[in-house]
Amino acid sequence: MSETIQEKIKTYRTAPFDARFPNTNQTRNCYQNYLDFHRCNKALSSKGQDVTPCEWYQRVYKSLCPMSWVSKWDEQIENGNFPGKI
Amino acid sequence: MAHPSQLGFQDAASPIMEELLHFHDHALMIVFLISTLVLYIIVAMVTTKLTNKFILDSQEIEIIWTLLPAIILILIALPSLRILYLMDEINDPHLTIKAMGHQWYWSYEYTDYEDLGFDSYMIPTQDLTPGQFRLLETDHRMVIPVESPIRVLVSAEDVLHSWAVPSLGVKMDAVPGRLNQTAFITSRPGVFYGQCSEICGANHSFMPIVVEAVPLEYFENWSFLMLQDA
Repeated sequence: MSETIQEKIKTYRTAPFDARFPNTNQTRNCYQNYLDFHRCNKALSSKGQDVTPCEWYQRVYKSLCPMSWVSKWDEQIENGNFPGKI
Repeated sequence: MAHPSQLGFQDAASPIMEELLHFHDHALMIVFLISTLVLYIIVAMVTTKLTNKFILDSQEIEIIWTLLPAIILILIALPSLRILYLMDEINDPHLTIKAMGHQWYWSYEYTDYEDLGFDSYMIPTQDLTPGQFRLLETDHRMVIPVESPIRVLVSAEDVLHSWAVPSLGVKMDAVPGRLNQTAFITSRPGVFYGQCSEICGANHSFMPIVVEAVPLEYFENWSFLMLQDA
């Protein structure tokens, strides 16, 4: 893929096919992208780098995850009791 | 949608449903042919005056009535597997919509760009306008662009439901805590009806699904207006 991450984000239509999750059950696809977004933010900002590449994960999890799941997880992160490892 | 005294499937609105329809015709024709043959043989057996009781074996007919069923089964299996694999193809959707089942309505979320979400309740019978369909119409329809591959992620917020639209050949269980993916393309614009297909309580029969396929510009207008209303 010679496309830069910026181009991919700019021409984003919807979450593309992810070969890690080829089957009907896409629960993990949504959750993994949510985790990856927060991990990416944490990793890049701790090094003082630009966090714009992380936007890709955000677009994907916003496309895939139900809004109620996202707001529940965001609230858990705010309260400090999110069960996943970020 | 379904018609009174309907015998067969609803008209197909997606390529997969067309394939399923034709396969069903093919398999059913084989079933009719076999049933007719068997019925004819039974009638012939019962009404014959011939009483030869000494036929013990016959290699030729045994070969025929072993080989022919095997061939017929292969003729059924090959188209069936073709459609199965066709349905399993990797597709590249243009749009992702989430259909969330609640007791007793569906909610649709279009979150690829903005956060658009709305509920879709059945229109009660007393509020129908002339020409609308009883127990099938909803206040808000799931609008999609025609001839675009759509990914629908189905889930539920309380109990089991199932998102089904027969004319698109789509049915997917809605399980709380799980995200089930299905995909389709509408081959023509139109309005396609479905009903909840998993028992979910008192109003299980009263939470229908309406999918409206429109040209892309209409879809863009609609989503803009829906976002404004929200």
